[in-house]
Amino acid sequence: MNIDWILVLEKFILIAVVVFASLGIAMYETWGERKIAAILQDRRGPNRAGPFGLFQPLADGLKLFMKEEIIPNSSNKFLFVLGPSLAMMAAMMTSAVIPWGGTITVFDRQVSLQIADVNIGVLYIFAVVSLGVYGIMIGGWASNNKFSLMAALRAASQAISYELAMGLSLIALLFMSGSLSMRQIVENQMAGDWGGFLGWNFLYQPLGFLIFLVAAFAECNRTPFDLPEAENELNFGYHQEYSSMKLGFYLFAEYINMFISSVIMATLFFGGYDMPFFNEAAHADWGNWLALIGTVALMAKVLFFIFLFMWVRWTIPRFRYDQLMDLGWKKLVPLALANMLITGAVVLWLESK
Amino acid sequence: MSLVEIIFWFLSGLALISAIMVLLSKNPVHSVLWLIAVFFAISGHYILLNAQFLAIVNLIVYAGAIMVLFLFVIMLMNQNAETEPRSKSTWIKLAGAIAGGCLLIVVVAAVRDSENLIQNIGGKAYAKTAVTTHGEIGLIENLGRVLFTQYVVPFEISSVLFLSAMVGAVVIGKKD
Repeated sequence: MNIDWILVLEKFILIAVVVFASLGIAMYETWGERKIAAILQDRRGPNRAGPFGLFQPLADGLKLFMKEEIIPNSSNKFLFVLGPSLAMMAAMMTSAVIPWGGTITVFDRQVSLQIADVNIGVLYIFAVVSLGVYGIMIGGWASNNKFSLMAALRAASQAISYELAMGLSLIALLFMSGSLSMRQIVENQMAGDWGGFLGWNFLYQPLGFLIFLVAAFAECNRTPFDLPEAENELNFGYHQEYSSMKLGFYLFAEYINMFISSVIMATLFFGGYDMPFFNEAAHADWGNWLALIGTVALMAKVLFFIFLFMWVRWTIPRFRYDQLMDLGWKKLVPLALANMLITGAVVLWLESK
Repeated sequence: MSLVEIIFWFLSGLALISAIMVLLSKNPVHSVLWLIAVFFAISGHYILLNAQFLAIVNLIVYAGAIMVLFLFVIMLMNQNAETEPRSKSTWIKLAGAIAGGCLLIVVVAAVRDSENLIQNIGGKAYAKTAVTTHGEIGLIENLGRVLFTQYVVPFEISSVLFLSAMVGAVVIGKKD
């Protein structure tokens, strides 16, 4: 049995960094959300805890931890705990195939800033997204409460419906890239003109990107698709019986999902760690700084998408459930199919020329 | 024991225990969850055989889609011991035993037959059924090429079958 222990250690450190970074970003997303809501509604938002209210997420976390942990008597205890854990795990697992930057050199060792460069990266993301439904369904059912169950089914059917449109919109993208590996997709985009900018996929797949964006909003249960957790008119949703940190996990998983789907959108459609108007290949001698620039560029794109998520949330009211299903099945799926056919035809035409 | 063997035995044990728990669980929801564990173990086996595409599609289709629908139905029906029909006739049990026995014979025959299939990779003889980390047929390029050239007619026919199933579901689901 020969195991490359240095590789194991390297991946372990990378996983730890990615996990803690995701958690930290998700924490400050809650702060950002409240600040943006406040700005859009002409208020001040959190400003008591620390400068600009920056310690607010810590206070919120502490509050959630200190609250009483209630497990309903009639619930299925094991599954009741498993639900939020699954939601959290599915949210974190997606980050494994995302390329966070180029390659850095540590102690004469080339370290790729990606946990696993598998040749089925995009499909892996789909598998994890489709497993995320279980966290919701198991939690809703284990609560042993009719309203929780109905809300869980509502949430699960929404997720399944929009997964379909999401997958179809990505097929057109895969026609163009010819690879399922996330790193390969990013490198294809970096090869474009204007320092990679003209290679970005959203220039060639605007409709595909729009469908993916809408589906991502629905998958993250964000407004205007936040029926699964509509607290005022639909009885809060699948996490009605949850309290303390188990509720916190469900809410936190949503923010991590938001972060991860922003990363995926930036990676697939906006060039990933490609800095626009800057030719990376010409500055290969910059070494680790080049990788750092790439990671910063990726994070800037991600921040924009996170802002978009919040901007939309505080601007647009919620859909009705029939409107939601109508949009998913009767508009997005046919549009995605048409987009797929047109892209396929154009790709074939270009190849035959 | 090599690392691959350890993983193989772990996954096999997990698959068998989960499969037995599917049958033994009193609660149908638990059965479905154990079945999902079985799918995960089988996907692990696919990865051992270097068939990543099959592994992930197995998860997407079975664990991610079909089992969710199973859960939907079971959760809404809320089955438990009281609503379960008690009296299963002896004939049904007998028929079940015979059908299961036939399936067992087929499986044993297939396993027995596979011992004769030896292939040669890099001067070494491998049994054809278990080419860990060497096989390439499960990778997406090779699988796609085989499906769309050699087996294109069965592939298209099965897609027509799916279409008809979909139309049937829509017809049943329509009001009046």
